[in-house]
Amino acid sequence: MDSLVLVVTSGKGGVGKTTTVANIGTGLAKRGKKVVMVDADIGLRNLDVVMGLENRIVFDLVDVVEQQCRLKQALIKDKRLEGLYLLPAAQTREKDAIQPGQMKALCDELRKEFDYVILDCPAGIEQGFKNAVAGADEAVIVTTPEVSAVRDADRIVGLLQASGITNPKLLINRIRPDMIKKGDMMDVEDVNDILALELLGIIPDDETIIISTNRGEPAVLDQDSHAGEAYRNIVARLEGENVPFMTLDFDTGFFGKLKKMFGI
Amino acid sequence: MLDFMNRILRDDGGSKDRAVERLRLVLIHDRAKVAPRFMEALKEDLIAVISKYMEIDEDGLDVTLDSDETSTALVASIPIRKMKRSYD
Repeated sequence: MDSLVLVVTSGKGGVGKTTTVANIGTGLAKRGKKVVMVDADIGLRNLDVVMGLENRIVFDLVDVVEQQCRLKQALIKDKRLEGLYLLPAAQTREKDAIQPGQMKALCDELRKEFDYVILDCPAGIEQGFKNAVAGADEAVIVTTPEVSAVRDADRIVGLLQASGITNPKLLINRIRPDMIKKGDMMDVEDVNDILALELLGIIPDDETIIISTNRGEPAVLDQDSHAGEAYRNIVARLEGENVPFMTLDFDTGFFGKLKKMFGI
Repeated sequence: MLDFMNRILRDDGGSKDRAVERLRLVLIHDRAKVAPRFMEALKEDLIAVISKYMEIDEDGLDVTLDSDETSTALVASIPIRKMKRSYD
């Protein structure tokens, strides 16, 4: 099988890029794929803590690029899943410590060993973005249903196009069905109308994500997590399956629980 | 309860309609400014089309995006030098 280098990006910070990389990567590995997640956010290393692998780091991305170590020495094996690896970002270096050409070479090296190379792109549109995008075949744009995040996502579509990535897929994160019902949040259709991209998935705003990040255990492994289920659907879609989009109406309030009790 | 009454009495619906409207407007400007030579290309095409019908002052041509709170318009000011004679 041909391997895929996928960059997860957003423009705006704090919309859930790192969480998305951790969950997609873990979900693909759970399905038996060989996956490496690369933290391209140099200076603001985060993917390691989301994955619960922060205590295992010896070498990092910049060490590999500068040939201070071999690639295999810097790859951290996941503690839960066979075939899942992390290449951490350097924490004490500047974003310009690597160049787009070096990143592309690294991605091509990883391509030989893995089915999926998933890049966690830093926020912004500067050097770090250019590096992360340089080696990618495809892109996932993460946004939330907010004016600022959608605007930045639109800007990213243009920048990706300029880098030769023409069909980015959209992931809408932190959807709150209660607010959509009240007319106080844009729904999936509103956002998708504006951005006009292929929809990869929708993720409900779910406190299990915070709990899973606290623990360093990706929610995709939690069978009871709504967000985890949404990520499992996304992983299946990446693998070419045709999975319907979730109905985001869980009815978790008092009456919802009551209805559940009586089976209606 | 007061909150509930307010929501019922309010005529503008939820805040999401404002969000959608503001996004549409801001993206018109973003996309026009960001796309390389967007306005120049538009001007050139306008000149080409209009020149079929009239002779215009290309240097005096002014094309801009004009916005107010609720809409954006493409405003073109095109000085005419001479009308072409029509035989239709």
